[in-house]
Amino acid sequence: MCLAVPGKVVAIDDSADPLTGLIDFGGVQKQACLEYVPEVRVGEYVIVHVGFALQRLDEESALASLKLFEELGLLEEEFGDAWEQAAKEAGTA
Amino acid sequence: MKYIDEFNDPDLARRLLDEISATATRPWALMEVCGGQTHSIIRHGIDQLLPEQVELIHGPGCPVCVTPLEVIDKALEIAARPGVIFCSFGDMLRVPGTDRDLFRVKGEGGDVRVVYSPLDALELARRNPDREVVFFAIGFETTAPANAMAVHQARRLSLTNFSLLVSHVRVPPAIEAIMTAPACRVQGFLAAGHVCSVMGTAEYPELAERFRVPLVVTGFEPLDILEGIRRAVRQLERGEHRVENAYERAVRADGNPAAVRMIEEVFEVTDRNWRGIGLIPLSGWRLTEAFRAYDAEHRFDVTDIRTEEPAECRAGEVLQGLIKPTECAAFGTTCTPRTPLGATMVSSEGACAAYYLYRRMNGPTAQAGQAPREEMNPVA
Repeated sequence: MCLAVPGKVVAIDDSADPLTGLIDFGGVQKQACLEYVPEVRVGEYVIVHVGFALQRLDEESALASLKLFEELGLLEEEFGDAWEQAAKEAGTA
Repeated sequence: MKYIDEFNDPDLARRLLDEISATATRPWALMEVCGGQTHSIIRHGIDQLLPEQVELIHGPGCPVCVTPLEVIDKALEIAARPGVIFCSFGDMLRVPGTDRDLFRVKGEGGDVRVVYSPLDALELARRNPDREVVFFAIGFETTAPANAMAVHQARRLSLTNFSLLVSHVRVPPAIEAIMTAPACRVQGFLAAGHVCSVMGTAEYPELAERFRVPLVVTGFEPLDILEGIRRAVRQLERGEHRVENAYERAVRADGNPAAVRMIEEVFEVTDRNWRGIGLIPLSGWRLTEAFRAYDAEHRFDVTDIRTEEPAECRAGEVLQGLIKPTECAAFGTTCTPRTPLGATMVSSEGACAAYYLYRRMNGPTAQAGQAPREEMNPVA
């Protein structure tokens, strides 16, 4: 819930309402709402929380965070299968 | 991870720790507000790397943990109804209500879906006009702009089959509640970085002044946390109590004004119960009158559900930093991630889960960073 993952804006759909972009999180690509960072451009980095870009971020910081998240396995956890995880926790998987 | 060599920049981590050690001349107790920070601290053994004089107290900033039991019970009641598609973030699936959780409701035939974004729930409502789609809108200020946008869009699209079960909470009133508690030992705060990336820091100077505590806006990575601690200790040693931003790469003083405007359009401040803590005045948000039609509590008539919390669970004291998880008799015995009594043991951001996962079974002096006994889903 608190995790906000830095990602690179690889495409912006100007016709979408709300404004939407395709974000690359170290290889995993997901759509995110860009309505709160309308000035962002393709190639820039943003911090994304629950599918919403909250702030722009410089490339160096973003890449350092992504590298660490990947090493810790956090990206897989963030974008993984919550049902599988819940089953494992409940001891039914 | 307990070895400093495993930090992404061990030299910098060592320099920060050396400086903290050199600066701290007497005992100080700091609270990290955010559950994501708690998890990062325990995961990386930061509390064990710090000098003895610096104690970290874990705060109530885990939105999953503080969602009141009665709200969980309302969610379970709604999710079990025919014709409903109940959407939630994955973190909420195993949070125990009085007698079950969303995972079990799904197993019993309820249509429970995990979504990554509240806009995914909105899309489900658009595609399923004959079903009622309910989104479980929990979270702190970080999550509120997303949930506000979802209901704003629902109105714009004239979707009448979409509603929110809202349990939003706000950090500043929680800090006030912690500081006015009789047993409070907190002398400084690491303020939650992502909350401030939305809200900015305008609400904090008054708190720093009134309670004479440093408030250092801090990020989530190990080095961010060490830097936040370094600055808070430096202020305490100098007798200062200011708001400082140690997470400038993601936090501007005015936060994200567009996101704040959306929150203020859709939500209004209200009193809110916190699980294990009780009522904190003005500590939550609810939908404004203009958006009340999208309030699932009224739509499904569950406003009267009231629930008593189990006495055995001491999560409330853990959430207020009054005890460490290991001081609860149920910890690791009757309460484990597989059979959690309270949300602090089930949520990946809960202090109890973090202690259990990283095998702090014998209190803070035990070894951190060993393999967990049970798989969980830690989120830093």
